[in-house]
Amino acid sequence: MRQIDKRAAVRRRVFLRGAATGPAALAAAGFALGAEAAWAGDLRVLTPATMATLARAARDIFPHDRLADRYYIAAVLPYDDKAASDKVLRALIEEGAARLDAEAQARHGRAYVQLVGEADRVAILQALEATPFFARLRGDLVVSLYNQKEVWPVFGYEGASYDKGGYIERGFNDIDWLPEA
Amino acid sequence: MAQFDLNDDGVVVIIGSGAGGGTLGNELAQRGARVVILEAGGRHEIEDFINDEWASFTQLAWADTRTTGGSWRVARDFPNLPAWIVKAVGGTTTHWAGASLRFTAHEFQARTQYGAIAGANLLDWPITLAELEPYYAQAEDRMGVTGTNGIPRLPGNNNYKVLAAGARKLGYKEFHTGNMAINSEPRAERTSCHQLGFCFQGCKMGAKWSTLYTEIPAGEATGRLEVRPNSMAIRIEHDAQGRASGVVYADAEGRQQRQRARLVAVAGNSIESPRLLLNSASARFPDGLANSSGQVGRNYMRHTTGSVYAVFEKPVHMYRGTTMAGIVRDEAAHDPKRGFAGGYELETLSLGLPFLAAFLDPGAWGRGFTSALDSYDHMAGLWIVGEDMPQAENRVTLDPRVKDRHGMPVASVHFDDHANDTAMRRHAYGQGRALYEAVGATRSFETTPYPSTHNLGTNRMSASPRDGVVDKWGKAHDLPNLYVSDGSQFTSGAACNPTLTIVALAIRQAEHIAGRMARGEV
Ligand SMILES: Cc1cc2nc3c(=O)[nH]c(=O)nc-3n(C[C@H](O)[C@H](O)[C@H](O)COP(=O)(O)OP(=O)(O)OC[C@H]3O[C@@H](n4cnc5c(N)ncnc54)[C@H](O)[C@@H]3O)c2cc1C
Ligand code: SF4
Repeated sequence: MRQIDKRAAVRRRVFLRGAATGPAALAAAGFALGAEAAWAGDLRVLTPATMATLARAARDIFPHDRLADRYYIAAVLPYDDKAASDKVLRALIEEGAARLDAEAQARHGRAYVQLVGEADRVAILQALEATPFFARLRGDLVVSLYNQKEVWPVFGYEGASYDKGGYIERGFNDIDWLPEA
Repeated sequence: MAQFDLNDDGVVVIIGSGAGGGTLGNELAQRGARVVILEAGGRHEIEDFINDEWASFTQLAWADTRTTGGSWRVARDFPNLPAWIVKAVGGTTTHWAGASLRFTAHEFQARTQYGAIAGANLLDWPITLAELEPYYAQAEDRMGVTGTNGIPRLPGNNNYKVLAAGARKLGYKEFHTGNMAINSEPRAERTSCHQLGFCFQGCKMGAKWSTLYTEIPAGEATGRLEVRPNSMAIRIEHDAQGRASGVVYADAEGRQQRQRARLVAVAGNSIESPRLLLNSASARFPDGLANSSGQVGRNYMRHTTGSVYAVFEKPVHMYRGTTMAGIVRDEAAHDPKRGFAGGYELETLSLGLPFLAAFLDPGAWGRGFTSALDSYDHMAGLWIVGEDMPQAENRVTLDPRVKDRHGMPVASVHFDDHANDTAMRRHAYGQGRALYEAVGATRSFETTPYPSTHNLGTNRMSASPRDGVVDKWGKAHDLPNLYVSDGSQFTSGAACNPTLTIVALAIRQAEHIAGRMARGEV
């Protein structure tokens, strides 16, 4: 069978507001999810701490160990622009992130991003599962994470095929492990 | 290309350019009638189609607000998206997968064959298989259906091969790569399938039949068909004699226009067609046009569906090649021993990663969910399509609160599964899982029904004007020159994908209308 190269195809550069240099370009180089991360310096309305919490929560909601942090950051970054023009959304996001931290403080005495145990963070998300904040975040992420073309190869999905002539010569029927008739 | 005057009252006005409307428009134009098709959506040609699930959805899908009610899970997960259908020239034939099956004889007589089922509003069709057979034959030829007219079936892709191997293990006998309105070899000046795997996003090869690039240009070539895109019908009007006289629509700029008409045919698919009739209420027809029976909007059917996805030790790459690449028909018969009336088909289906993430288990998160997606390329998938029970309270109504940008109340879709639907789905899930487990599935998923792709029954055909909205020709019982030409005519749903039947009915209806026009009856 024709297998595909599962390394993410393009090294994604996370651009903030289209800036290709400075903090944004640094952001592309790979980073941690802490509030001090370089990408956080370029935010417009949301604080770096809020963004870091959202990105951490994004990974906890849809954990894929073979996906680098930058894809989760890219998935939540649009909130910064959207929150700039949408007050209701901004409040929802900021209060939601604050609530994650408040729960983390109450249970473990530290911020959400500083909780080391995944199970501890997941328990907090479960506690907030019925909130509009969680529903919005999960609902947005299921598109903003999985609709990044750069992650598709990691899952073995090849995307557009018309420009490659379809699969007629590229393995549409090449399965080779089924029991014989 | 034809362009008709708004005051020309000699034209036939068809609302909707999909399977029903596009076919009827071409047929009537070929027979000499002058036809205007009003289409709410824009015109996107083959070269505009996009091999990208969400981008294509944005381009083609009907995204205008609808509301939902009832116990179906769609109302919870997708409260404003009860149906996944298209708003564009060509209608949902741009999106569809191409499976083209004929009803069997008993499926035209659901009430007689299944008996009285509590809670079900079953009725026999006023036509028989024998009456429709010649039109099925014409439709298959027109659409180039594989496995008919000497057209070879398509080659099976990986997803089909898994299905077939499992079917063989279970002892199923009738499985193959389907009867598909997809060219397996060049035909009718269209090329053959190149196994792109984006059948749901508009076929960029033009290999799959769609009214967009078959019926509509053929009709336009006669000089007697005008398709007006971005034209949303709001109300059908009638004259003092109770005859349909014209259609008020909003044009691309949102201005209201009135196209006068000799005859009006409604083909907006089963949510919009009843919405339009209900919104056309007048002093003479206070409950909505053609609604003396009270059945407009009722008996909404969506097929008993669901998917089974299964993960295997080794790769499958289900997304390569035709989306609906094969079918198992052994469960299609009416066999009440299984604990339900009617039957179902199992058909392969694949979604790309973005759509699978959205639809595999809407609302799910965490490692249980993501570990499934981690196995995306090791998955095979199938879709269940079974007959569901018409129920009076499963219905499309005008939402009392929400209006669209033209001020027209939006459609509200209420749906509850019937116990028969639930029993059938349970059986089908079990068979689907067994089929995959027989060839080594390590994990399988019972995926909840997607927003409806098959929408049927809301203006149903009946012998008696008391029981339904239209007669055996699709003509409204209450008006002499108002027709319904889409899947909303269906009296019952059968265990078949509906489009071949919609097209066959449209061809038959065109012959009937042309005859009446020639005799001066309309
Ligand atoms: C993903 C998918 C896969 C499918 N696969 C299959 C398959 O394999 N086999 C099969 O048989 N069927 C399949 N179907 C179903 C099939 O597409 C429909 O049954 C068929 O297209 C319905 O035909 P129609 O004429 O009733 O409506 P449509 O084809 O939906 O056309 C209706 C048109 O009317 C327009 N309209 C609505 N209201 C108005 C208004 N007020 N004014 C103006 N225009 C209006 C709409 O914009 C639309 O373009 C599939 C559907 C989907 C979504
Ligand atoms: S798989 Fe075939 S039918 Fe489907 S989009 Fe591709 S060429 Fe068209």
